[in-house]
Amino acid sequence: MITRTSTRAVTFDSLVPYFGVIALIIAGSFFFPQILSVDYLTQQLQIAAFLGLLATGATIVILLGHIDLSVPWVLTGAAILSTALVGTGNPMLSALAVPAALAFGALIGLINGLGVAVLRIPSMVWTLAVNSMLLGLAVLNTGGFNPRGESSPLMVAMASGDFLGLPFSFLIWIAVCSGLTWVLVRTPFGRYLRSIGFNEKAAFLSGVSTPSVVCAAFAIAGMCSALGGVMLAGYANQAYQSMGDPFLLPTIAAVVIGGTSILGGRGGLFGTIGGALFITLLTSILSVMQIGDAWRNIIFGVIILAMLLFQTLRKGAAQ
Amino acid sequence: MLDYAKSNRREVIAAAVLIVLLTIYLGTHPRGASTYVMTIWANQCLILGLAACAQFFAVVVRGIDLSVGAVMALTNTIASYLLDGSPAGIAMGMVAVVGAGALCGLLNGVIVVFGRIQPIVVTLATASVFVGLALLLRPTPGGAVNYDLADAMTLDVLGIPTALVITAVVVFAFWLPFRRTGLGLGLYALGSSEQAAFQSGIDTRLVRLAAFTLAGVFAGLAGLFYSFVTTTGDAGIGPGFTLNSIAAVVLGGVLLRGGVGSLVGALAGAFILKTIASLMFFSGIPSLAQPLFEGLILAGAIAIGGADVLRARNKLEVFK
Repeated sequence: MITRTSTRAVTFDSLVPYFGVIALIIAGSFFFPQILSVDYLTQQLQIAAFLGLLATGATIVILLGHIDLSVPWVLTGAAILSTALVGTGNPMLSALAVPAALAFGALIGLINGLGVAVLRIPSMVWTLAVNSMLLGLAVLNTGGFNPRGESSPLMVAMASGDFLGLPFSFLIWIAVCSGLTWVLVRTPFGRYLRSIGFNEKAAFLSGVSTPSVVCAAFAIAGMCSALGGVMLAGYANQAYQSMGDPFLLPTIAAVVIGGTSILGGRGGLFGTIGGALFITLLTSILSVMQIGDAWRNIIFGVIILAMLLFQTLRKGAAQ
Repeated sequence: MLDYAKSNRREVIAAAVLIVLLTIYLGTHPRGASTYVMTIWANQCLILGLAACAQFFAVVVRGIDLSVGAVMALTNTIASYLLDGSPAGIAMGMVAVVGAGALCGLLNGVIVVFGRIQPIVVTLATASVFVGLALLLRPTPGGAVNYDLADAMTLDVLGIPTALVITAVVVFAFWLPFRRTGLGLGLYALGSSEQAAFQSGIDTRLVRLAAFTLAGVFAGLAGLFYSFVTTTGDAGIGPGFTLNSIAAVVLGGVLLRGGVGSLVGALAGAFILKTIASLMFFSGIPSLAQPLFEGLILAGAIAIGGADVLRARNKLEVFK
């Protein structure tokens, strides 16, 4: 059953992380007034864009009822590829750095999609295997050392530039999300995506070419991860081994906090934006407060659990 | 015998693959099939094997446990404090370590059952908490485990690696009897169809709690055995084990949609995965290319498992 509310871009579930963001800012400002400064908050928007882009791709795949565990090495691979192209010094190849990285992301996404849709391998295992193949390729290619290369001015601008006081990275992220939200809400592809998430068999029987929708969704997710990788490389001005590993689990957490059901079919990108902002801000405030690694992990886990419990308990009360 | 092979096709294939791989491994190893080589191999396999057992109990009830590695890290750090001193103290320590694992699993189960949140998300969050606790106990790797005990658990008994003896105990003394109990059957019933299980009078909540607790117990055992092998406590061991345990159960023929597979399959899958890794080490493939080959073999093995789809007579059969 697809009700009108489920295709709406903004639902109460998707607003929860925004309330969380406001609560975090208010609570944090009691301890550190500088949290309320414009500088600090715009910096958070800039950093949240990296996690946000990855979570955008993850949302598409999770709406489909699948999961993409290849995010870390698609990200790292795109970063290595783009910095290596720029590092050649050839202006022609430098200009190709960003498009090539995006094409790489789309290609890996397609491989993910083919394994899941055609060979019917559970996405959780297949994307994991793809991830380890990419790791192997990267190690073979770079010799296990940090890859040489540098970021192009375009990549640096994408990650660190600003426009009218708003970071470019944030604007890119919002632009990608707006475009994809339009696709999800207004096009047949968006409807097919959700209906596969609800019930793949029913979608197939209604004449939807489910394999092509699955492949397209994974390709979009791969491009989002690749874009995130390019921008992270621009931010750090280099690519490095396993730069993507710390992003995998926060990405999934951002999607789920944003009210998207991990079972597929229900949710959207608006909530994911809030989820990514919430997680970035939470991580940042915990490190500003100079809380040790151990307590940071514990508080992080407990807060995510509390938000999830709040969402399910609220639904339980409504029924 | 043939009937057994037919009804347990997945485990039989996994076991056959394992035997072939092991033969190649022992054949190519410069020191051949000595107890020494077997012992090191079996120890590495058993660590992942126990982690895969933990994953199996979550997967068979149509869940997944992303906190397996984190529970291993936590129990490993606890073990590094408790497994030294008087024999009685060590014995209590071992019980406490496995008990801690069981508590972690129970916590996962309680949140899954009573909070009605998907296991994948719950264990993602609790994993963060468990790693935090492990870091509190051991901010940097350290501590010690009684050497005599560690040796006893990780060397050999009359030429047979202790790790293989432990594996046999897990299978014959625990799994085979356990599978026939009400709880053992309940796990499969719940994984196959929760509604049917509920309507036949199974207390689905209790069974799911038990499944996650068992997952915790085995993650605790994995952490304990890891402590015997390394004899130190390290809070950072988790991430690799979680994802590998999932790959291992799938290789062993356990279906992620629940209700299909066995603990023997999970163990076989883990042993296959570790044997491939060890095989690479002596294979003569340039060391830089080894991770790529490992990835290719993993992907190939999983893709072959998915080749069943190509035989489906009706396209609808593939949507399960």
